[in-house]
Amino acid sequence: MKSGAALGAGLTLAFYFPSGLAKSVTAGAAPDTTPITAFEPNAFLRIAQDNSVTVIVKHLEMGQGTYTGLSTLIADELDADWSLIRVEGAPANGSLYNNLAWGPAQGTGQSTSIANSFEQMRKAGATARAMLVAAAAVQWQVPENEISVNKGVVQHLGSNRRASFGDLVVAASKQPIPAMVTLKEAKDFQLIGKNTERKDTLEKLNGTATYTADVQQPGLLTALVAHPPLFGAKVKAFDASKAKTIPGVVDVLQIPSGLAVLANGFWPAKLGRDALEIEWDESEANKLGSEEIMQQYREIANTPGLPVRIEGDCEQAMTDAAQKLSASFEFPYLAHAAMEPLGCTMALKSGTGELWNGEQFQTMTQLKVSNVLGVKFNQVKINMLYAGGSFGRRANPRADYQSEAAYIIKAIAGRVPIKLLWTREDDMRAGYYRPLNYHTLEAGLDDQGKLIAWRHRIVGQSILADTPLEPVLIQKGIDPMSVEGARDMPYHIPNIHLDLHTPKIGVPVLWWRSVGHTHTAFSIETFIDELAAAVKKDPVEFRQQLLADEPRLLNVLNLAAEKGRWGKPLAKGQGRGIAVHKSFNTYVAQVAEVTVTQNGQLKIDRVTCVVDCGMAINPGIIEEQMHGGIGFGLSAALRGAITLNKGKVEQSNFHDYAPLRINEMPQVSVHIVPSSKAPTGVGEPGVPPIAPAVCNAIFSATGKRIRSLPISQHDLRQT
Amino acid sequence: MITLLVNGEKQVVKASPDTPLLWVLRDDLGLTGTKYGCGMALCGACTVHIDGEAVRSCVIPVSSLAGKKITTIEGLSQNSDHPVQKAWAAVQVSQCGYCQSGQIMSAVALLAKRPHPTDADIDLAMSGNICRCASYSQIRAAIHRAAKAG
Repeated sequence: MKSGAALGAGLTLAFYFPSGLAKSVTAGAAPDTTPITAFEPNAFLRIAQDNSVTVIVKHLEMGQGTYTGLSTLIADELDADWSLIRVEGAPANGSLYNNLAWGPAQGTGQSTSIANSFEQMRKAGATARAMLVAAAAVQWQVPENEISVNKGVVQHLGSNRRASFGDLVVAASKQPIPAMVTLKEAKDFQLIGKNTERKDTLEKLNGTATYTADVQQPGLLTALVAHPPLFGAKVKAFDASKAKTIPGVVDVLQIPSGLAVLANGFWPAKLGRDALEIEWDESEANKLGSEEIMQQYREIANTPGLPVRIEGDCEQAMTDAAQKLSASFEFPYLAHAAMEPLGCTMALKSGTGELWNGEQFQTMTQLKVSNVLGVKFNQVKINMLYAGGSFGRRANPRADYQSEAAYIIKAIAGRVPIKLLWTREDDMRAGYYRPLNYHTLEAGLDDQGKLIAWRHRIVGQSILADTPLEPVLIQKGIDPMSVEGARDMPYHIPNIHLDLHTPKIGVPVLWWRSVGHTHTAFSIETFIDELAAAVKKDPVEFRQQLLADEPRLLNVLNLAAEKGRWGKPLAKGQGRGIAVHKSFNTYVAQVAEVTVTQNGQLKIDRVTCVVDCGMAINPGIIEEQMHGGIGFGLSAALRGAITLNKGKVEQSNFHDYAPLRINEMPQVSVHIVPSSKAPTGVGEPGVPPIAPAVCNAIFSATGKRIRSLPISQHDLRQT
Repeated sequence: MITLLVNGEKQVVKASPDTPLLWVLRDDLGLTGTKYGCGMALCGACTVHIDGEAVRSCVIPVSSLAGKKITTIEGLSQNSDHPVQKAWAAVQVSQCGYCQSGQIMSAVALLAKRPHPTDADIDLAMSGNICRCASYSQIRAAIHRAAKAG
């Protein structure tokens, strides 16, 4: 077993891989023997003679700004000219480009990109700078410490000599790589902490940014796959004769996930797919509906689960309590529904499988695709493209859509490259949802209104079970992703009992932007609000008392209350609610202001968001991620639900799974806590507090408690 | 054979008449800046201009477009310097960027009709364009900025 070095205190997960995999991942690349045309001091940057600095970013750019963030870290230490920085997505190579928070695995997630790269990228930049300076010192015969670097120019003031990075490419390449480099102190940062312009802006406003579906190759065929109507169903028999008469349709193939139609372009492929006649074998398929699954969970919740967090004696404290409250919470399946439906382009030539994809979990994709193709792990190459959103969906340990493409390319023996496209309906109905969850919570308060006992039970499918990650990440039957946010519930309560049931259900599930926190933050933060109301305390004050040992949470809570006009008068029908939650080592508090009309119309008027993510690398991007997390979380809170009826997914497109639109976006103000601590992530932590903040505001406006999501299923009319 | 006028150039395409314009643009003409998001005119990622009007290209059969003037994101400006694109750059609107071509095409059409739109005008004209990254505040700010720049 090779262990992953987890960076940052309190990081809950380090990924571990079986030693065989670790070995295959760490097999190094062959030494480069080509003549020097660029200075490449390490795997993360390349300086060309035209002065351009290409940063090789190991993480997927899916909107969260990592191309800009990681480049900023390198460019600052390099003292580069920001306008000359270019960005390239790194190839799949787990020994060079692994996520340091995940051991030997390459991938993007858990809001780790900046946190795991902070030192690594800065060292990469500082190393290059030191070699450029050393090269100049030799050329100019001056001491290194008299040489300065500023915006891509190396100079020696004493002798009035200067050189651009490009001038020094050959000389710097011949310098030894320094064993140690000194990193800048925060006061010397030139780019870190500033709103440096995003590197992907121009391409994304003129249509030239390349996403997976945009790949064009000579001879390429488009593939659409007819998937089964139920999870776990298989093709029993089919008739493709009509489909094959459609002009443009080239082939119809049976693969494990269904029937693939290959055609010259999307439209003929779609017409061909529509014309298929398929009989499905549903004997092994899931036929449960959402309501039946939820009913099973309600029953399971009457029995003790596997212990997760046991402190004090909850049983006794409940007996002693002067007042007890309990509540149950229900959460539906949720689809990621990124703007770009899934798909990928693939070629197979001389035993090498090549993908073009916005790839979020390179190592797992290499593993799965190499198995499908029957080639070696390192014979799966991945060309990185932008992803049109992901929210977790493009990182699948089962590499579902990449494997599908691999089965197709294998079936045609790599005759031509294929571009697998999923329609919106395919994307929405393919599963890998945020799991449906059921929680029960029980609290005991003493006669002073002090919270003395807390019992929390979670019932929901495990995300990691039956994946290659299960043996190393599930400990004592507990999937950490099922309980994150609850296992580290921050309120100081002397007696705590948290347990977990993870039933097996035949609906594929996956992490969805902020993962377990999407449900744990909701039940905890709305129940805390309920307890405050029960003892007639202000919700902020009630939380303050329980967070005395949590200075960073307390601080964001207090700041949110201050900036969010907590306690200020509201008009009739308006309400204000607060929630505070730590996820991925980032602390976020949000105050939501809502209006509920007499006839039950809900409007989210304003959200005040305070975030403590350590040192802010790019405040503009942090602010945008908070906006994004709030908007994403609101879509789900207001009306997001994937429901199954007799096993069949009922939603199909944006009319029945309807994301937030511009007219519904509240006014959002974001406050970033100034900090010199190591930076943490911002892609996900904006999501968890918004649903509880809104539902607490609805309670403040109407007196109605929302304990199941989405909100749209509740009648908010005032009677 | 259908002759189209796309971004000022005549294009002869062989696609079957029922093919939605989106797929002719993407698969036949290689104009991949226009995106597929839903295929049902629900999300606006495929928005282009037909005779200056913002239209969802995923539901318009190509056979209905002979003689009409089609503009895609690629034809909006020579150097990415349309006032709306400049405002988009200044505000740093994009996150994942996938919906942005459609957002920009809708915004350009709005400003052509209402050079100084109110927030309500923006809500009305832009609510057909989904952004899952929820860059909505930035989109609104960029439209106001473009309006000011004239």
